[in-house]
Amino acid sequence: MTALKLIARNHLAAFGGIVLLLVVAMALLVPFLPIADPDLTDPANRLKRPFTDGAVLGTDHLGRDLLARLLWGTQLSLVVGAAAAVIAAVIGSAIGIVAGYFGGRTDSLIMRGIDMLMAFPYILLALAIVAVLGPGLINALYAVAVVNIPFFARNIRGVTVALAHREFVDAARLSGMNDRQIIVSEILPNVMPVIVIAMSTTVGWMILETAGLSFLGLGSQPPQADLGSMLGEGRKLLITAPHASIVPGVMIFVIVMSVNLLGDGIRDALDPRLRSGALSRPAAATRVDRTNNPPETRKVDALLKVEDLHTEFRLGSRTYRAVGGVDFEVRAGECLGIVGESGSGKSVTALSLLGLVASPPGVVTGGAVRVDGTDTLSMNGEALRRLRGGRVAYVFQDPLATLHPLYRVGDQMVEAIRCHRSMSKQAAWDHAVALLEQVRIPNAAFRAKAYPHELSGGMRQRVGIALALVNDPALVILDEPTTALDVTVQAQVLALLSDLRRERNLAMVFITHDFGVVSQLCDRVAVMYAGRIVETGPTDDVLKTPSHPYTKRLIACVLELGGGRRVLSAIPGLPPPVDDLPAGCAFAPRCDKANDQCRRGDIVLGGNGMRAVRCLQPEGLPI
Amino acid sequence: MTLALEVRNLRKTFGGGRTLTGRPRPEIHAVRDVSLSARKGETLGIVGESGCGKSTLARMLVGLLKQTKGEIVIEGKNLSDQVGDPAAFGRLIQYVFQDPISSLNPRKTIREILEAPLIHLLGMDESARKARITELFDAVNLRDEFLTRYPHEFSGGQAQRIGIARALAASPRILVLDEPVSALDVSVQAQVLNLLADLRKAMDLTYLFISHDLAVVEAVSDSVAVLYFGRVVEVGRAESIFSAPRHPYTSLLARSAPIVGRDLARTESLAVELPDPLRPPSGCAFAARCPSATMVCRDKAPAIEAFSQDHEAACHHPL
Repeated sequence: MTALKLIARNHLAAFGGIVLLLVVAMALLVPFLPIADPDLTDPANRLKRPFTDGAVLGTDHLGRDLLARLLWGTQLSLVVGAAAAVIAAVIGSAIGIVAGYFGGRTDSLIMRGIDMLMAFPYILLALAIVAVLGPGLINALYAVAVVNIPFFARNIRGVTVALAHREFVDAARLSGMNDRQIIVSEILPNVMPVIVIAMSTTVGWMILETAGLSFLGLGSQPPQADLGSMLGEGRKLLITAPHASIVPGVMIFVIVMSVNLLGDGIRDALDPRLRSGALSRPAAATRVDRTNNPPETRKVDALLKVEDLHTEFRLGSRTYRAVGGVDFEVRAGECLGIVGESGSGKSVTALSLLGLVASPPGVVTGGAVRVDGTDTLSMNGEALRRLRGGRVAYVFQDPLATLHPLYRVGDQMVEAIRCHRSMSKQAAWDHAVALLEQVRIPNAAFRAKAYPHELSGGMRQRVGIALALVNDPALVILDEPTTALDVTVQAQVLALLSDLRRERNLAMVFITHDFGVVSQLCDRVAVMYAGRIVETGPTDDVLKTPSHPYTKRLIACVLELGGGRRVLSAIPGLPPPVDDLPAGCAFAPRCDKANDQCRRGDIVLGGNGMRAVRCLQPEGLPI
Repeated sequence: MTLALEVRNLRKTFGGGRTLTGRPRPEIHAVRDVSLSARKGETLGIVGESGCGKSTLARMLVGLLKQTKGEIVIEGKNLSDQVGDPAAFGRLIQYVFQDPISSLNPRKTIREILEAPLIHLLGMDESARKARITELFDAVNLRDEFLTRYPHEFSGGQAQRIGIARALAASPRILVLDEPVSALDVSVQAQVLNLLADLRKAMDLTYLFISHDLAVVEAVSDSVAVLYFGRVVEVGRAESIFSAPRHPYTSLLARSAPIVGRDLARTESLAVELPDPLRPPSGCAFAARCPSATMVCRDKAPAIEAFSQDHEAACHHPL
């Protein structure tokens, strides 16, 4: 149903759909319409002009009624085109699924065969097939179907290869299903949308090809009318009686146009990538839509000061409040850990700092982010660009996704250096190699020439760190930089970060879900839940005497080596969805201390000095 | 005590052979001569880092992948010749996947997913299936109304419980749990781990618990095997293997895990490199990272030796 609505919202597709519906309805009603016999010749009345008595669209060179021939011809062309599309889709998809599912030799053999079919220009191939089978509409249909099989086979194979290695296919195999059952019940339902998309975008093309073969006299045979043969017959009289070719020509145009418009609409509605807005290119910086307008600059003594930051995602009628009022500051050389579970808003907070949240759908709706006192949310594009990767740099979780796969790591570093300062290529390269040495990459001069895929995960993350350091940033924001790494490699990277911090007096914002990592690296910690900071303070204090019930219970869930076999503690329930946050404390539904007051009104992040907590009944303190 | 599962000299090599033009293709030895056993009703933890072969081993154990060499004996039955046919394994041993959402077909309802093993492995009729599914859902603490929903409507923890129900459907004796909680948040992890512990007791199951997280493995396992570069380097009781490791790699693993309140461990030189699977070192694979490696380590791969009844390690210079 949502797909239908999406098509309807696309005006062009809806227009195409309505036109096509009219044409199809007309073609279906032909037998019941009071029209002349399309094959009845009447040489006395040949080549009558349109809009004359007894022949609304005129007559052709044998005196046959053009309107009758047009309607019957339209019916035939639609049926043949659709039949060819179905045949091509069924055979092509079957070939594609078999090749993609079994892989290996089967795949190479089948796909090389398909490649050979594709090596011929389509019209030549179709002509050759008709030449072998003999002219006739059914043979033309076969020819058009065969010519289009490779298109389906290749498309569907690609999709199937990706599906065949998914875990649910393994699960089906473990459930005792054989290959045939897996293909029918696991693979087919998942490739069906792709088949429909491919069909909807090719059926117009196939109607055109069938008409082409008929035009050449290889499709429908006289006296049977289809749009192509009508066009072919009218062609000889193009100058004396243009209407004989214009009438079928306009109909072909109308059909193909409406089919293609509708087909594109179907594709856009069904393709999950297009539906989620892949086509809307995100802006260079997150959209800012603030009601309060904080001063552009203000003197603050912290390097980074975040004031009441709000970031939302607006999707359709829903608003997801990913970050709902976050305040924190980081001084030069200090490391702040932001801890939270998935969906707590910690990554969106990090990305909001320099306007890196994709817009649409992201919008910053309030607050200020001050780097050296200047609000980054008020900055113009050029100033923001200078700041990004300059004074403030990022390190992300998956270096394989953030490094460009086609450039050598050294070249990527050179590019990052030369974006920010004028330096010769050679000098920049030397600087890059020196940095790779600083992040303890063995044989750095050689490794600078490597491509990202040639490095191990730990080495890649060190390159990611080196890349962040190229312009001597004062602040590095690290978003789960060690989560994708093995424990022994994680230990190495953490040791490296700790060294770099001391050597360069770097300030860090370290985002993670792991309390162990925080305790080893961070001076202060902020715990996030449902888009807000619920507790903050010096790392040791917070970890030893957590004051928010959420912090306390989350720490209790963390398993530590040396505890032996035990029953583990869990927090029942789930975090609230951020498009439907409860009034009051977001943790109240899962908290065993919650009372009516907790579920009412806003609760402030209150505290004294370094410690602060957003709770009415903090742990270990009298109410 | 009897053995639920025994694996002898299991080996898996990918690639190899020659190309059409006669050039040798590179070989990767994912699993090299692994021998392991799990007692009935116990949990055997398998620990190792990425690329150590733990997932390849697991896929062979459930019959998804054919071994190059070696034997697999499950509940006294030698299934070595039937590897590659999951249907032969399905009623004895099942698999719980790491990513709960992607292991469920997005276009099937939960009921359809749970019915598949009942139809294809047990040949149950409709009323028997209905009763069994209610029983399974009850066992994993999920409400019946979820059965008509689709996988994307569930949170990670719920989806993982559905995955466990699916694995249990055909009443297997052994479950292979491949990183069953590493995709889940900490607050949810314990829900799934506690459920697994209850099910094991109630149904007298044997678990193979594969994970990279030492603390989780220690908390749930009876004995633990440590894998490095395709080989078992150490096997021991869960309560002692990390506190008194004999192999230097186990010791490195134990020291690397970040622990609240412990200072950053300077575990090894920051410039070490991991072995390359395409060019495996000739001797002990850990020698290049090992502080006590000598000449003999670089020449000869150490055989696994017993130190006590329950403790074995493959090292020339055990700690």
